[in-house]
Amino acid sequence: MPGTPPPLSPRAVVDRYFLEHRAKMLDLASFFDRVQRAHGEGADDFRVKALEACAVVLLDGKPERARRMLELLSDLTTTPINHAPTKGATGACAANLLMNQNPKAQA
Amino acid sequence: MYIDPHVHMVSRTTDDYQRMALAGCVAITEPAFWAGYDRSSPQGFFDYFRQLTDFEPKRAAQYGIRHHTWLCINPKEAEDPVFAREVIALIPQFLKCESVLGIGEIGLNKNSRNELEILDAHLALAAEHNLMVLVHTPHLEDKLKGTILIMDAIRNHARLDPGRVLIDHVEEHTVRHVLDRGFWAGMTLYPDTKVTPQRAVDIFEMHGTERIWINSAGDWGQSDPLAVPKAQVEMKSRGHSLESVKKVSFDNPLAFLSQSGKFRIA
Repeated sequence: MPGTPPPLSPRAVVDRYFLEHRAKMLDLASFFDRVQRAHGEGADDFRVKALEACAVVLLDGKPERARRMLELLSDLTTTPINHAPTKGATGACAANLLMNQNPKAQA
Repeated sequence: MYIDPHVHMVSRTTDDYQRMALAGCVAITEPAFWAGYDRSSPQGFFDYFRQLTDFEPKRAAQYGIRHHTWLCINPKEAEDPVFAREVIALIPQFLKCESVLGIGEIGLNKNSRNELEILDAHLALAAEHNLMVLVHTPHLEDKLKGTILIMDAIRNHARLDPGRVLIDHVEEHTVRHVLDRGFWAGMTLYPDTKVTPQRAVDIFEMHGTERIWINSAGDWGQSDPLAVPKAQVEMKSRGHSLESVKKVSFDNPLAFLSQSGKFRIA
């Protein structure tokens, strides 16, 4: 299905959204700093590692970053689980992250 | 003018109805969902279905908004299949209500076998009564897997036409899967956990505006019952035509929902 190109020029997109995303980038940097300054358990939390992996996608210069980040954060298994352990979701998938760090594990 | 085709008004105040009307809302559809806690008996669902089919339409009508609903037991409460089947057995007596459009929002939450069993029971009910279906797809890391499992489950019911099924809460990684299989797609505008109005408009720009709508899914959590008009503003401010704005926020929901034979605009 064909999409519609954005009516705005690249310059107009930047003019319109730069400050909003400058703030979001600083929020992200501040979050990583906050985790690093904190004491106790959780410094190696898989969710933080997942965001670090997303940052690589952000900088790779290829299109469809949002789709690829969402896939990176997804459970990529295909069969139903036996029982739902909880109702909630965490936003990242530790097993998927492991597979991405070790491509041989995907085979 | 707009339609919010997915909003949980039982969790919202009457002030929200007023604000939505002021922003141009003329009709809504409200799928049955999880209350934030598990109900203790099927009777609790019977009362909930009465609220959806009797009380909410009256509350909405005070502001010129036509209220419609979809009935089910939400996948978050499907882990007990015996209980869930007792609730499903209550649904047929409500199907004759003028405002009941079909079965929804059914689907999966954690992609478990019990959830799939209850999804299949709901799909069988929809097929038996020739009803339309509104599908909830799982949250966050569970969405991609769950969306595929759900579409495979629907495909097992040959009597269900994908053109009468809407797969909701799509994001960048699931929208193409849904549209390519002939289903309708819904985008939910949430502040953190689904898509923002900006990302929704990006998705229109990348994937087009056929068989897709936007909704607020306003509920008891972090959500915004005015999210649809905010997305309209985002589209207009980028220079999209008024026709395109109307298509995704009014014409498309009208076209999909009118297939029920029961959908009306105030």
